[in-house]
Amino acid sequence: MTSMSFDELLPLIFIGLMGVSLLVYVVSDGYDLGVGMLMHRATPEERDTMVASIGPFWDANETWLVLGVGLLLVAFPKAHGLVLSELYLPTALMLVGLILRGAAFDFRVKAKADRKAMWDRLFIAGSMLASVCQGWMLGRYISGFGEGWNYPIFAGAIAVALPMAYALLGATWLVMKTDGALQHKAVEWSKIAWPPMVLGLILISMATPWISETVRERWFTLPAMIAVASIPVTAGIALVTVRVLLGSPTVRGGLCWLPFALLVLVFFLSFLGLSYSIYPFVVIDRLTVWEAASSPDSLKVILIGVCVTLPVIVAYTAFSYRVFRGKTIELDYA
Amino acid sequence: MDAVFLARMQFAANITFHILFPSISIALGWVLLFFRLKHLRATDPQQKLDWLRAYRLWTKVFALTFALGVVSGVTMSFQFGTNWPGYMERVGNIAGPLLSYEVLTAFFLEAGFLGVMLFGHRRVGEMVHLGATFLVAFGTLMSAFWILALNSWMQTPAGYEIVNGQFHARSWLEIIFNPSFPYRLLHMVLASALTCAFLLIGISAWQLLKGVATDSASRVLRTGLVFAALAAPAQMMAGDLHGLNTLQYQPQKIAAMEGIWETTRGASLLLFAIPDDAARTNHFEVAVPKLASLILRHDADGELKGLNEFPSAHPPVFAVFWCFRIMVGMGILMLLVSWVGLWRHWRDGREFARMPRPMLWLFAGMTFAGWVATIAGWYVTEIGRQPFIVAGLIRTSDVASRVPSSSIAVTFAIYVAVYLALLVAYVGVLKYMAETADKKSYANVSVSPAGEPQQYQRRGEFA
Repeated sequence: MTSMSFDELLPLIFIGLMGVSLLVYVVSDGYDLGVGMLMHRATPEERDTMVASIGPFWDANETWLVLGVGLLLVAFPKAHGLVLSELYLPTALMLVGLILRGAAFDFRVKAKADRKAMWDRLFIAGSMLASVCQGWMLGRYISGFGEGWNYPIFAGAIAVALPMAYALLGATWLVMKTDGALQHKAVEWSKIAWPPMVLGLILISMATPWISETVRERWFTLPAMIAVASIPVTAGIALVTVRVLLGSPTVRGGLCWLPFALLVLVFFLSFLGLSYSIYPFVVIDRLTVWEAASSPDSLKVILIGVCVTLPVIVAYTAFSYRVFRGKTIELDYA
Repeated sequence: MDAVFLARMQFAANITFHILFPSISIALGWVLLFFRLKHLRATDPQQKLDWLRAYRLWTKVFALTFALGVVSGVTMSFQFGTNWPGYMERVGNIAGPLLSYEVLTAFFLEAGFLGVMLFGHRRVGEMVHLGATFLVAFGTLMSAFWILALNSWMQTPAGYEIVNGQFHARSWLEIIFNPSFPYRLLHMVLASALTCAFLLIGISAWQLLKGVATDSASRVLRTGLVFAALAAPAQMMAGDLHGLNTLQYQPQKIAAMEGIWETTRGASLLLFAIPDDAARTNHFEVAVPKLASLILRHDADGELKGLNEFPSAHPPVFAVFWCFRIMVGMGILMLLVSWVGLWRHWRDGREFARMPRPMLWLFAGMTFAGWVATIAGWYVTEIGRQPFIVAGLIRTSDVASRVPSSSIAVTFAIYVAVYLALLVAYVGVLKYMAETADKKSYANVSVSPAGEPQQYQRRGEFA
């Protein structure tokens, strides 16, 4: 393999940054959206605790989406246009969902008390709409926007599986952040969401090689196959461990953080697997990283800004999670 | 309707909704800092408490405003791609870095200091909290800096070169500080100052009318009046400078603003007219002779270029002409109201209790005056750039998406419905928060001021 010049490397740095932003978004807003969807099974008091558990974080979490899509827009303008034109309607609906969720978050505590139930319903509906649309978009994206009877079914399946994955993430977040009756409920919710998430993950893993020749060759050629097989194997072990933990009483004690942590690992591994499948394309079999990228000069200018701000963002996020660590404070009606 | 027009309407609906919130928060951040400093400096305990109450109420307004700015801003980052895919393909090398600096600044401020400002009063020291408030205000201003640099570049492009149809940066200094940028930035910052000042005036006047939190409302009302009385004349001067700059670089926009079809010496200022784009003439003109030339050329016989000099490359006249009049009219009204209000307040011996109630009703009626002027002003400059997306270089219709117009129409309808509902809710909640300002959460403020912020946070009111 010949060494790359810095100019050739730049698009790779940016696809990496964009991927990481989107991964952080999926995990962090994933638990927010999951908690939002689970609220329809909770009592009004529990809802307050659930919202309080994500309160200090959701604003920053959503901004990772802006950063990810922003990087797609500025670093890979051709891909941005192609992807978002293909996903026009689901994108619009997802945005409506995110708008409703974000607005309801603030309104539910500031508006008149008798309107709170309405804002809660909008919060739940917004979370659900955004999750379903993201699932559909993911399904369409990884199948390369193919035409035919089987593609919508596949995207539809992901549109169910991703919200389930978010719900599982949200439920395990609550297992970690709450105690008492709500924590008990959260364990039960986790058990319900586990099978569809696992099924969805298996479906995605099988579908990408089936759809694309390139992907098939990359995964099922020896000796690379042995090395990359560690990704699904590790993810599988992590998922089974989550299920075992959920069935045992330790999950409500000292190990309450473990299911959430393992699920973050599963999301990370899925992201690795997906990246391995798609690389070096931005849109599978249609547009490579280098074809889609902006000029090296512009990328360098953006990179300076990223290098200055990203470490600060990471440091602050860590600080914020540390400040608000531990169980969510019970609500005070004094 | 054709797809390009629908795409424009949809994008316009979104940016119209979005600008409502930054136009408040750009200035409100600094106002919060001011309240905070007043609170810290005050020696009289009652005065100290009043400023603290003002700070608390307006921080809630800020949090709500900021959140709506974020959700509508997220939508915008997507709509660049969904509505104008060709735009980034052609000028991505220039627009990309400017937009990413905007996103990074917004991100930086949001992930960082907003959290500390809203939640952290008990968790960090007074100076750190003050610093966080300053950085939020500063960050909001920086966001405006970058996005206005991009917008101005689209109006008066500079510092670029075109290689194989693609735009490349030649000089970043020239791109950022393009000819219209300093004027636009000044004009927008002052617009935000006025919008925020009238929000302060209107809501405090409403509180006085309802007899809620009268002590702190009086202080906020006075602040708002002084603020508006200073910003309004400054805005008129800035607007004049911006207009002269537009005349130099975008004469067709000025021609549309003034409804001038034929190039004329000693052009008259139209107070009223119905411009007719199809017949290329005005109906029902009411004019002041030579005034337009006097204002724009500072010479009664100065020459102004007419729209007919720019065949098929000038903006639609009716909208630009009327939005300009609405903006200027609102500006004059704001100047009069703030000056008369302040004069009356001085005559009343600085006691709002003696201010006539109709005056307070007028203040309350002007709560959102800044929004009207700001939106009308943006319509002038944005519609005034048409039919181009980058003035004189790229036509809007060439970069539009090829999404079927039915999809655009459906999503447009959904967006508008959601935005209208949220706008009603926003105004309703502002009113509700103003009316309940002293019932909610202030009961034990004098007993344990230190215990307050945490209670706020537990209730999630600053979420």
